[in-house]
Amino acid sequence: MSEDVLERAQEGKTRLGIVDCDIHPMLRSQDALLPHLSRRWREELQTNGLRTKNPFVASYAVPKATPALSRRDSWPPAGGPPGSDLDFMRAQHLDPYGIETGILQVLIPSGKDQRNPAFGAALCAALNDWQVAAWTEPERRLKASITIPAEDPEASVAEIERCAAKPDFVSIFISTRTTEPLGRKRYWPIFAAAVRHGVPLGIHTGGSNGVAKTPAGWPSFYFEDHFADALAMQPLLASLVLEGVFEAFPELKVVMIEGGFGWAPALGWRLDQHWARMRSEVPHVKYPPSQYIRRNVWFATQPVEEPPEPGDLRSLIDWIGWDRMVFASDYPHWDMDDPRRALKLSLDEAETRALFRDNARAAYGLA
Amino acid sequence: MTAPPALRALGPIDCDIHPPTPSVAELLPYLDDHWRDVMVSRGIDGLGLASYPPGAALSARPEWRGPDGTPGGDLALMRREALDPWGTRLAICHPLHGAAAMFSEDMGAALAAAVNDWIAAEWLDREPRLRASILVTGRSAELAVAEIERRAADPRFVQVLLLAGGETLLGRRTNWPIYAAAERLGLPVGIHAGSAYHHPITSVGWPSYVVEDYVDQATVFQHQLLSLIGEGVFTRFPNLRVVLIESGFTWLPAFLWRATKEWRALRSEVPWVDRSPAEIVREHVRITLQPADAPPAPGALARVIEQIAAPNLLLFSTDFPHWQWDGADVLPAGLPGDLLARIALENPFETYPRLKLPIRSTAWNEASAS
Repeated sequence: MSEDVLERAQEGKTRLGIVDCDIHPMLRSQDALLPHLSRRWREELQTNGLRTKNPFVASYAVPKATPALSRRDSWPPAGGPPGSDLDFMRAQHLDPYGIETGILQVLIPSGKDQRNPAFGAALCAALNDWQVAAWTEPERRLKASITIPAEDPEASVAEIERCAAKPDFVSIFISTRTTEPLGRKRYWPIFAAAVRHGVPLGIHTGGSNGVAKTPAGWPSFYFEDHFADALAMQPLLASLVLEGVFEAFPELKVVMIEGGFGWAPALGWRLDQHWARMRSEVPHVKYPPSQYIRRNVWFATQPVEEPPEPGDLRSLIDWIGWDRMVFASDYPHWDMDDPRRALKLSLDEAETRALFRDNARAAYGLA
Repeated sequence: MTAPPALRALGPIDCDIHPPTPSVAELLPYLDDHWRDVMVSRGIDGLGLASYPPGAALSARPEWRGPDGTPGGDLALMRREALDPWGTRLAICHPLHGAAAMFSEDMGAALAAAVNDWIAAEWLDREPRLRASILVTGRSAELAVAEIERRAADPRFVQVLLLAGGETLLGRRTNWPIYAAAERLGLPVGIHAGSAYHHPITSVGWPSYVVEDYVDQATVFQHQLLSLIGEGVFTRFPNLRVVLIESGFTWLPAFLWRATKEWRALRSEVPWVDRSPAEIVREHVRITLQPADAPPAPGALARVIEQIAAPNLLLFSTDFPHWQWDGADVLPAGLPGDLLARIALENPFETYPRLKLPIRSTAWNEASAS
């Protein structure tokens, strides 16, 4: 990648190229998928459509805060939903912030969450081909994440094998809400494939698995729903550690995306304390759980934590590790973080480079 | 076991202690003819909460089991290991009984009433230092309120007891009659760790291990706290106090930062939430001390407590017989000494107004007077 993209002068200052680990591309319309689907699955999409474990035809189970979940100024002037127009994404996001690499995470539609699993697998493949054709080939700053039908690990591995060798793909995307906790052995073939190809697993909040969004049923408000998505990260990470995933796959890299990170130290303390007393139940977990978290897990910054005292934000990152935080914007969603303003913390130059660029380069193996 | 002298000198109030879970046979004397017949003819038993497998390390310290392994043993063991060492002046009993998880609301209510009668007769009448929470069915606010009202005349019942992982999110309107009754009768609502398992205890499915289930319980409390805030329970019931029991508390700062951030962005959706979640929690919520889940770094626990910025928040608890701490280390290392009197005495008295009520005409009182 060329020097002039990495560091450009603006307002007389040398500017750091940023790696943004969470950009959401959208289909201009469902028709954009048709060229990437077989005849059978084109018919499925056009007749039965997308079907998940959700009460509504085309709404989220809990309606979001804004149209298309997005910033109100992110609707492309040329039409289409936010995140669907490459030129506008360049003009609104990639260029002004100096994004050297933007990693795409396709949230909608979800192949993983389809009721018809074979259709879900076909949808994942189509979305992967669409990411290449519509985004990563025309714009080399963008990289794709391999979307997989995670509930069908065999099909997931096949899709990873199909995509991982292409330089367009730098990670594997799984949404948080799987039907079983992600550490369960049924998902291990996915982890083996990730390690084999040296790509991190990007776990992004959201998804639908047919299980209530809280341990006591469904919440009423988006105020709860949005937070519930972040809270799901904690049992997910506990599962990865306590099932022994990081013992079995010591090279596995996991990036936790859009769940925040303020909860990580307290989860580590609690895991360590109760593991110490009950470790005979999980003999495959050989070290205090927090050690695995600090060795195998990266945390994306957004939505960034906002403790009233900036020193407390620094302490959180001290615990997680300054080499384990990667920047994410969540463009174009309503709660996206502006890289210039998100972290209410004064960083020195080395910390800035690490958080906004170098940690992600290392985690994703970017040039 | 040598108690910290400062704690012993205070004569603390233990806000979370567990008598052994009664068998159905032990409850039969407290059930009416119909339910006695149902229990016996259908062979119903084994109604302890599965969140606490009796043999698990979580459920009892090795020396806090009876001769047959029963967590907590009997009253003599409780006196010797939980009440006497700390000079405890009062301790609040929480029965971990599955009445709260029973699908039949009638059977759940009958069992809850029997457990409450059993606690009163077998524990409170025999040991004047004990108080109890009111166990209620988790399936019917109407029947729960009836039990709360029936019990409220006995000042030794000081709190309503709900399960963290219950039937519904606790903020929902269906539960509001419970809060109305609790507020009217001066009873805080205690939410105890554990699940009815009517839902998976995480939104990513059923965890495999006891240790995993228990670690995940901390997020159950976070969902419940958010529900209570978001649904406006504390706006509607301004005098209500909620006590999170056996929830841990070191997760609270990050919870408050996030909840406050969500509220700033989304408050137009929940306009009845008229103050920041951090302010609401500091006024209305209390948390028992154990498990402390304390950070190991020196000074880190003190920082967590500063972040919470609520000197009223913590209530002393041993969580007897659960195995949360070793030796005599009931006070986690690094707990600021200047908070001790608040945690051990002042906060419990402030949280539970009934702890100050005179106790009259109970069996133990009459017995000791005669």
